[in-house]
Amino acid sequence: MTTLIKTDRFTLSDAERAAIEQEMHHYEDPRAASIEALKIVQQQRGWVPDGAADAIGEILGIPASDVEGVATFYSQIFRQPVGRHIIRVCDSMTCYIGGHESILDSIQGQLGIGPGQTTADNRFTLLPVCCLGNCDKAPALMIDDDTFGDVSADGVAALLEAYP
Amino acid sequence: MKTLASFGPANRIARTEETHPLTWRLRSDGQPVWLEEYQQKNGYAAARKALLEMGQADIVSTVKDSGLKGRGGAGFPTGVKWSLMPADESLNIRYLLCNADEMEPNTWKDRMLMEQLPHLLIEGMLISARALKAYRGYIFLRGEYVDAARHLRHAVEEAKAAGLLGKNILGSGFDFELFVHTGAGRYICGEETALINSLEGRRANPRAKPPFPAAVGVWGKPTCVNNVETLCNVPAIVAHGVPWYTGLARPDSGDHGTKLMGFSGKVKNPGIWELPFGITARELFEEYAGGMRDGFTLKCWQPGGAGTGFLLPEHLEAQMYSGGIGKVGTRMGTGLALAVDHTVNMVSLLRNMEEFFARESCGWCTPCRDGLPWSVKTLRALERGQGRPEDLEVLLRLVDFLGPGKTFCAHAPGAVEPLGSAIKYFRDEFEAGISQAAAADRPTAEFVQA
Repeated sequence: MTTLIKTDRFTLSDAERAAIEQEMHHYEDPRAASIEALKIVQQQRGWVPDGAADAIGEILGIPASDVEGVATFYSQIFRQPVGRHIIRVCDSMTCYIGGHESILDSIQGQLGIGPGQTTADNRFTLLPVCCLGNCDKAPALMIDDDTFGDVSADGVAALLEAYP
Repeated sequence: MKTLASFGPANRIARTEETHPLTWRLRSDGQPVWLEEYQQKNGYAAARKALLEMGQADIVSTVKDSGLKGRGGAGFPTGVKWSLMPADESLNIRYLLCNADEMEPNTWKDRMLMEQLPHLLIEGMLISARALKAYRGYIFLRGEYVDAARHLRHAVEEAKAAGLLGKNILGSGFDFELFVHTGAGRYICGEETALINSLEGRRANPRAKPPFPAAVGVWGKPTCVNNVETLCNVPAIVAHGVPWYTGLARPDSGDHGTKLMGFSGKVKNPGIWELPFGITARELFEEYAGGMRDGFTLKCWQPGGAGTGFLLPEHLEAQMYSGGIGKVGTRMGTGLALAVDHTVNMVSLLRNMEEFFARESCGWCTPCRDGLPWSVKTLRALERGQGRPEDLEVLLRLVDFLGPGKTFCAHAPGAVEPLGSAIKYFRDEFEAGISQAAAADRPTAEFVQA
């Protein structure tokens, strides 16, 4: 019986390559565009696949290991597949006092996922996030680029509905 | 109409140009003040004065004389920081970085300024860049502030089109270009040398000091890093002068000017307001935040962010300025206070806070990388009622080992300051987490002996 060995052949799209090259001009040194390059890759694909570090390193003229080091350091760069929508629940002490743990419980109850997990249908990934700066409206959360304040455990379901 | 997350009480109190230099231009609908409106409200008049009428050294000495201190939490005098930039004219590549990596829990002042008054920051940076002879600036903005990023980028384009950024600004011969750089998470990026590493596209580990950024900063060049609110103070200081600025605060305040201050938690009217330094915390708490919501009583409070110590209700008499809060044993920090109500257990609250600090440690130095997770494990055990008799001693040792001067940067000292004060004032809540069975089993604590 033969085994199929799948290799990850990663190629940057022309648009991605152009966007990265454009970003490089904003800095004195191409390396500085590494975080932005990872975000560019992530924007279309949702995450940063294996092989992207080599491709980005080649454009920026830095070792792939450096790109990988950056990719694994920053919490908003995803090195594994994530859902179509990212739920970021603020876990600052202000939102703790505001009851963010009940929000997490509510999400767990509805979607069956805890922080760091993705739903089986790939619709949502749940992540904790540093203070969202919405402290007068705690508890707060973000879904993709939208920030919500004064969220209640009962109100979570209605928020999630808008993100199919 | 979409309302910004930062829209709130600061927009609703009475404000004037003379008394509220940071916020008087805010709109009552919370929408951003774009270039046309900003200029109608005297915007860029200070930049015109700084670039066309003042010498570079005059701007530095004005800011120095104003007594402006950094608003990012540490409170270092801005003019002194500026004077550390090298005098050697041959070092002509210099950078001004704006620290807009606002991630301190319970802090949302910079968000408000950037979302609603993007041109105030740009004007502040333009004047500061002139003072520092910086030819290029970067706003290092945290990635999650997507509205702020959009507004700043639009404002930068407006300013470029109007000749307020770019070459030969206002015919002064001064060139300055400004970029908005967005981050990708990690609280440590707010530490100024970690911010420089991150801007260079590296892991955000702090750098050894000295050399300080003023000597060797981003890409090895002289660099000044200032907070958003700090830079937003600069235009009014230049426009109205030092005597006006030093007259803003309450007479017995040791710090000058106004400060974005706030109160959140279970208070009646959580929010931020621009207030003079030197008001008492009680004024802020009662007159602005309206005191506690019905059914809640104030147990303790924090004056300015996760890294500041807890204080008791009796400390509300303290004045909101660095020396005033210093007198009662902690730091003013960002000036955005948090009310902790009687329903909150301190062990659980500290567990939440230390989980944050442990997660956000960059891992560079051992006390922080290993000490903070240890504090989390200990606090979780106490929270479950499964603590050991020696656990309080373990926590107090961590407070000492992770304190100022013993770690690579200020992250761990900031993490243990609230822990130490919580144990000091609420020791019984921590002791209540010690398992009675464990106490009977192991009355001594040999293993923690040094």
